Amino acid sequence: MIPLLIGIPAVLAAVFQVVRNERIRDIIVYTGAGAVMLMTVVFIAFWIDGGAETVMLYSSTEAVDMLIVAGDVFMMCLVVYLSIKYEKIFPAVLSVVQTAIVLHTDFTVDLPEAPHMMIDWLTVLMCLIIAFIGGFICIYTVGYMKGYHSHHKDAADRRPFFFSMLFLFLSAMFGLVLSQNLVWIYFFWEITSIISFLMIGYTRSEEAVHNSFTALWMNLLGGLGFAAAIEIMAHGHGTLQLLDVIGSGAYLPLMCLALAGLTKSAQLPFSSWLLGAMVAPTPSSALLHSATMVKAGVYLLIRISPAMSGNLVGIIVSSIGGFTFIMASMMAIAQTDAKKVLAFSTVSNLGLIVACSGIGAEETVWAAIFLMIFHSVSKSMLFQSVGAAENSLGSRNIEDMHGLILKIPKLAYIMGIGIAGMYLAPFGMLISKWVALKAFVDSGNVVLVLCIAFGSATTMFYWTKWLAKLISYHRPRVQTEDRTRRDEYVSMGFHAVTMLLLCLLIPAVAKVLINPIVRELFGGTHDVLSMSVLTTMAIMLVSVFIVPAVMFFVSRQSHSDIVPIYMGGVNKGDNRFFINSFGEDEHLYLTNWYLREEFGRRHLRIPSIVISAAVLIVGFCLIIGGVTW
Amino acid sequence: MVVKVVMVLCFLIFAPFVGGLVDGADRIISARMQRRKGPSILQPFYDLRKLFSKQLISVNNVQLFLNMSYLVILMIAGAMLFAGADLLMVLFILSTADMFLIMAASSDSSPYANMGAGREMVLMMAYEPLTLLVAVGFYLTTGSFHVETIINQPVSAVLWMPGLLIGFMFTAGIKFRKSPFDLSTSHHAHQEMVKGITTEMSGTALAIMTIAEYYEMILLLGIFFLFFVNSTWWSWIAALVICAVLYVFEILLDNVSARLKWNTVLFGCWIVTFVAGGLNILVLMLG
Repeated sequence: MIPLLIGIPAVLAAVFQVVRNERIRDIIVYTGAGAVMLMTVVFIAFWIDGGAETVMLYSSTEAVDMLIVAGDVFMMCLVVYLSIKYEKIFPAVLSVVQTAIVLHTDFTVDLPEAPHMMIDWLTVLMCLIIAFIGGFICIYTVGYMKGYHSHHKDAADRRPFFFSMLFLFLSAMFGLVLSQNLVWIYFFWEITSIISFLMIGYTRSEEAVHNSFTALWMNLLGGLGFAAAIEIMAHGHGTLQLLDVIGSGAYLPLMCLALAGLTKSAQLPFSSWLLGAMVAPTPSSALLHSATMVKAGVYLLIRISPAMSGNLVGIIVSSIGGFTFIMASMMAIAQTDAKKVLAFSTVSNLGLIVACSGIGAEETVWAAIFLMIFHSVSKSMLFQSVGAAENSLGSRNIEDMHGLILKIPKLAYIMGIGIAGMYLAPFGMLISKWVALKAFVDSGNVVLVLCIAFGSATTMFYWTKWLAKLISYHRPRVQTEDRTRRDEYVSMGFHAVTMLLLCLLIPAVAKVLINPIVRELFGGTHDVLSMSVLTTMAIMLVSVFIVPAVMFFVSRQSHSDIVPIYMGGVNKGDNRFFINSFGEDEHLYLTNWYLREEFGRRHLRIPSIVISAAVLIVGFCLIIGGVTW
Repeated sequence: MVVKVVMVLCFLIFAPFVGGLVDGADRIISARMQRRKGPSILQPFYDLRKLFSKQLISVNNVQLFLNMSYLVILMIAGAMLFAGADLLMVLFILSTADMFLIMAASSDSSPYANMGAGREMVLMMAYEPLTLLVAVGFYLTTGSFHVETIINQPVSAVLWMPGLLIGFMFTAGIKFRKSPFDLSTSHHAHQEMVKGITTEMSGTALAIMTIAEYYEMILLLGIFFLFFVNSTWWSWIAALVICAVLYVFEILLDNVSARLKWNTVLFGCWIVTFVAGGLNILVLMLG
C-alpha cells in the first residue's frame, strides 16, 4: 500500500508534464485527488483491520537506498544550478555541505538492518490531513488558476508545472510521515524544501525569485541541521532510527533535529520565508500553511517531543515557540493584506504548537495535536476563501472586504467560519488552549504562561477586527460579481463542514485519534482528559454555538422598521454619503485599527529576530559545550 | 446538585434585578458625590420599561439577533460560574460574548458605532491577559480551576494573590464602563463620539444590551467574591461587604478621573498585568 500512496501522486505529477489539454488535465486532477483520498482511506482501513498496531516495515532496502542517494545528488545539482543561474551563493554552499555529510555517512558507516518505515496513529493522522486537506486544495486549484490567469496577465501560464508540484508535494509528504529511517526522512524533507522553493518562484517576478531563495536557504539551513543529526547519530550511536534519537537522550542530535523542525515550521528567527511565500498563487500558500511544509516541521517536533521533556532542548524550543506566538500575533495586527495576516497567524499558531511540543508533557502534546488539526482545516479554508475573494474583488486588502456579507455572502460565511475556528469559543482551539495553559502552569514555566496570556489577547484583536469588517451591513454602490467556480466552492464547503463536525465531535476525535497518539508517544495508559470532562466541555461549547442560531430565528419574529444610521445629523439618506461643511456630498469611509506605530513590523521585526536568534545560538553553544539540565 | 441548580436559577432570575438595584445605587452615590440628589433607586427599571415600550426601529436586521446572542451567552457564562464550573472556561465564554457585542456594533457600519467597536476591541485586548492570569492564580493557589473547589478553601485566595486583585480592579473598571476606562461607551452624557458602541441601538435592542450588562456586572462581582470567600460561613458576608466597598471605590474613581486615551489604557493595563500579575504568578509558582 505504501508505495502506492507515495507513487500515485508522483506518477500524476509526471503525467501533468505530458498532458497539455486543459480539459483532460482538469479531469486528471479531480480523479487524482479522489484517488489519493480513496487510497488513504483504504490504507487506513486495512491498518485498523489489522489491529491498529504500530507496524515496522522494509528492513532491507539496498536498491531504494541507492535511488535515494541518487535523488539527494540530483537535488543538490538542481539547487547549485539554480543558485548559479540567479547568482546566489549561500543556498548552493548549504546544499553541497549537507549532501556531502549525508553521503559521507552513507558510505562510511555500515549499520545493521533496521526498519525504514513505520505506521502508527500519528502517521495515520498526518496521512488523513495530507490526503484530504491537500486533495481538496488540488481540486480548488483547478478553478482558482483559471481566475488567476484571467487577471494576472503578466505572469506566464505554467499550470502543468504547478499541478506537478502540488502532487509531488503530497507524495513527498506521505513519504516523510511514513518514514522512520533518518536518511529517508531527510530525503523527503529536502524534496519538500525544494518544491516549496519552486512554487514560491512560480511567477518568476523579481520579488518571487528573491523570496523563493530566502525560503530555500532557510530550509536548507534546517536541512543542514538534519544532516548533522544523521552524522552524529550514525557515528556516535550507531543507529539511524528516529525512535532511537528519542531513546538515546543525546542532546546534540535532538537539538539539530529541533533546528530543522523550527526552520520548517517558520518559527522566529526563520519566519520571513513563510511571509515571503505569499507572492505565489494562493493554492500554494494554502498547501504550505495547512497540509504540508509547516506541518512537516511540527510533525517532527511532536515526534521528538517526549525526548524534550524538562531538558535544555525543550526549554529552548518552547521559549522560541512561546516568543514566536506573541511576537507574530502582534505583528499581525498591523497588516492590511489578508494573506499577510493569515501568514502571521500561521507563524503565531505554530509557535503555540511548538511551545507545547517543547514542554513535552502528555497534556501539551495532546493540545499540540488538537491545535494542529484545527489549524490545518481552518487555515486551508481561510486561504481558499481569501483567494476566491481576491479573484472576485480584485483585491485582498481587508479594508476592501467591508460588507462582504452583502457583496458575496457565501464567501463571507466561509471566511467567518474559518476565522471563528481560529479563536472563538465553540471551536476546538479553545479546549486546546485550555489544556495548554494548564500544562504550562503545571510545568512551572512562568514566561510561557505570560506569553500565552498576552498572545491570546493580541490574537483575539486581529481576528475580531477582520470578522467585524466582514459583517458590516454596508450596501455596496456597485454589485460585485462572484467569480468563484463550483470546484472552489466544493473544496471550501468540504472544509466548512469538516470544521463544524470537528467541533461537534470533539470528544469522539479525542477518543479515537488523539488519545491513541499520545499513548503511543509516551507509552502511558491513562487519558489526558477524562471523557466526562471533555463531554461537558463539548456540551457547553456547543450550547454557545446553538445560541446564535436560535436567536437568529427568534429575532426574525420581531418586525422592525429600518432607519438610516446616525451621522451627526448630516446623513445624505443612503448611509453612504454625508454632507460636509461646504455643503458638498462626502463619501463615508470606515477603516479598521492597525496600530502601526505600536505593533508595526518595522519596529518589531528586527528585535524579535535578534532575540530569538540569540536564544538559539546560546542554546546551541550550551549544548555543544556539554551543559546538561 | 440541588444547590447548584438553585444557585444557577437564582443567578438567571435575580441577576438583572440585583444589577438594576446596584446601578440605581450607583447613580444615587454618584449624584451625592456631585452634590446632586439623584434619581430613585428604581430608576434603571423605569428606564428599561420605557425602552421596551418603544417602537421597534433599527438600522439593519441583524443587530437585534447579535444583541440577543450577547445576552444569552453572558447568561451561560454566569450560570457556569454560579454552578461552580471551570473558571477559565467561564472567562473564555465571557470574551466570546463580548465578541457578539462588538459584532452588533460593527454590523451597523455607522461611524460612531464603528469607532466604539474599535475601541471596545482595544479594551478587550487590554484586559484579556489579566483575566487569564487571574484564573491561573486561582489554579495555583487552590489547585483547581473549578469554582466549587475555590470557594471551599480554608483561607481566602486573596492572601496569595494581592497583585492579581489590584490588576483585576483595572479589568473591572473597564468592564463596568467606568471612567477613566469608558472609551467605547459611557454612562455619562459627555462622550466625544455620541454613545460609541450603543449609538445605533434603540428600544428593545438597547434594553437587551442593558440587561446583558447587568448579568455581566454580577458575574464580575462574583469573581471578586471568589478572591475573598473561604470555607467559613462568615467569609461569605465579609466577601459581600468587601465587594460592595470595591464597587464604591470604582464609583469614586469614575467621578474623580477623566477619560484616558486608548494607548494609555492599553499599555497601562498591560504594564499592571505584567508587573502586578506576572510577579504574583511568579511568586506563586516558586512557592
